[in-house]
Amino acid sequence: MAGIPHDHYEPKTGFEQWLHRRLPIVSLAYDTLMIPTPKNLNWWWIWGIVLAFCLVLQIATGVVLAMHYTPNVDMAFASVEHIMRNVNGGYLLRYLHANGASLFFFAVYVHIFRGLFYGSYKAPREVTWIVGILIFVAMMGTAFMGYVLPWGQMSFWGATVITGLFGAIPGIGPSIQTWLLGGPAVDNATLNRFFSLHYLLPFVIAALVAVHIWAFHTTGNNNPTGVEVRRGSKAEAEKDTLPFWPYFVIKDLFALAVILVVFFAVVGFMPNYLGHPDNYLEANPLSTPAHIVPEWYFLPFYAILRAFTSDVWIVMLTEWITFGIVDAKFFGVIAMFGAIAVMALVPWLDTSNVRSGKYRPMFRWWFYLLIIDFVVLMWCGAMPAEPPYSTISLIGAAYWFAYFLVILPLLGIIEKPLPQPATIEDDFNAHYGAKSHPAE
Amino acid sequence: MLRKIAITAASVLALSGGTVLAAEGGLVEDLAFSFEGPFGKFEENQLQRGLQVYTEVCSACHGMKLVPIRSLADEGGPGLPEDQVRAYAAQFTVTDAETGEDRPATPSDHFPSSSLENAPDLSLMAKARAGFRGPYGTGINQFFRGIGGPEYIYSLLTGYTGEEVEQAGTTFYGNHTFPSGLIAMTPPLSDELITYQDGTEATVQQMAEDVSAFLMWAAEPKMMDRKKAGLVAVLFLSLISVLLYLTNKRIWAPYKGKH
Repeated sequence: MAGIPHDHYEPKTGFEQWLHRRLPIVSLAYDTLMIPTPKNLNWWWIWGIVLAFCLVLQIATGVVLAMHYTPNVDMAFASVEHIMRNVNGGYLLRYLHANGASLFFFAVYVHIFRGLFYGSYKAPREVTWIVGILIFVAMMGTAFMGYVLPWGQMSFWGATVITGLFGAIPGIGPSIQTWLLGGPAVDNATLNRFFSLHYLLPFVIAALVAVHIWAFHTTGNNNPTGVEVRRGSKAEAEKDTLPFWPYFVIKDLFALAVILVVFFAVVGFMPNYLGHPDNYLEANPLSTPAHIVPEWYFLPFYAILRAFTSDVWIVMLTEWITFGIVDAKFFGVIAMFGAIAVMALVPWLDTSNVRSGKYRPMFRWWFYLLIIDFVVLMWCGAMPAEPPYSTISLIGAAYWFAYFLVILPLLGIIEKPLPQPATIEDDFNAHYGAKSHPAE
Repeated sequence: MLRKIAITAASVLALSGGTVLAAEGGLVEDLAFSFEGPFGKFEENQLQRGLQVYTEVCSACHGMKLVPIRSLADEGGPGLPEDQVRAYAAQFTVTDAETGEDRPATPSDHFPSSSLENAPDLSLMAKARAGFRGPYGTGINQFFRGIGGPEYIYSLLTGYTGEEVEQAGTTFYGNHTFPSGLIAMTPPLSDELITYQDGTEATVQQMAEDVSAFLMWAAEPKMMDRKKAGLVAVLFLSLISVLLYLTNKRIWAPYKGKH
């Protein structure tokens, strides 16, 4: 895939030439920042910057929090309160970090659904997509382990439930669970390794983010039409694109500032809104909370996990076929991880050669239904596992899989797409009028 | 002033079983505390009265082991003068961590832990019992009405039904706020139980409200700093947003025919 033709960095001064021959780092920064970007990108394309900001925010606040936190079952809870009460600005750091995780996940969900609607996962951007899913999975692991660190009731019992999932794997499960926990139950060894990994994984995410950016800088951005940038010549490409700096940097920063107004209102005025009150009770292995609820961003997948109970026919059938090796609990675990796996495979499950959902009249409605499905699953995940929520969860989970495994493959065959604009320039001019060659 | 809001038992730590004769638990009255909303502040006088209720009533059984005594002097808290804090600390006896001997507490010590084994520590109770989830379960109301934790404490303290049930040798008291409807704590407050230093009439409601406010401060002593930081950030970022909006409009104008 040839890159989009554009001007490259030319070292001018003697020092720049000297450095360029040894380490072309200025060139790298220049090309990254000046990448030709489709000029018709809409507001759904701003979430990448928000995500980059979140990663930096989480690492910056997290590093300072780690200076004051003690990963020991007898001291962890009190050390968090030490941060809240005695460390200068500690309450702000902790609330920024806790709510920063929520902003991170909110942004990643919008970012993922934007990709799903505009077909950003389709050739030639499959690697960008796969790396993105890896980032998402690493984020989930990081967030889960981070939530255990304050050593509150939900920390402890959430850790018990989630690590218990690995225990459901037939045969080797219990050994894996013990290995993960560092003992027979969630205890000091668990807290220590979760702290270590919670510090490590963000840097793995940072590396994956670099690869993610590298990949889409190789293919060029997708855009709302899904039509590729013309690459015949530099002049042609410039009709479809504008450099990332300053046009998109300023646009994205404006969006980020607006989002941060809301974020800081939450941090300043209702910082515990998204947390669970029970996590202000110190972990007590002898007292199980009435309802163990994960953080809001895990709820859709938690609902899928709980949806497949032993009275569901597909679970009974699977159990019978596999001679009981895949029981209801293991089935739920497979379903939960499978819900993410089908997302990873979407570049090959979607058979349509039209990228953007804007030109796919049938796809659009199924996609909107998927968003509703996601919200409904989130709501079900927060509710107790009893009727009618269990039935709704099951329908929601079934639709999630049907969308990726049945609907997307079929739509590409039966759907008649709408006409797409010939070029990005045409699309842009249709919105903003033809004035693409400004008289400077 | 009082809005009745039923909180689902799910939002508070439910003590399972034991609902034999009792009235339904889980009822929480919404009080208009001074510290609710983005501009809400703690009232120093109320926190001092609440401290008095805590010291003379609650602390007989309950502790607050996460709260340093010196924070009683902090701005945005009860704001006691240094000498009063020192005198206040001296009434508690602590075991010195270095010498291993008992000595009077100093402001740098924390409040003592619960002296009664089954009495929970109250340091964070106002946050651990938060539970306003309206409207429609979204919890957005918290922005204006607070998290509901102090309301839970107030409702529990004033929510005794007068009913007494004996189970396995223990007496439980009917309470319309405690999740199971039966609580092991004897009704702690009665009118004129204490004499307020500032002369306020010590009704059960007054003492419950004051101690609830005090426990909210104990759980979130930096609340006023936090709201101020939040307000500054919101105003600053709003300004930045306007400037970036104008910048963005300006740099894109040459490419957009409509402008």
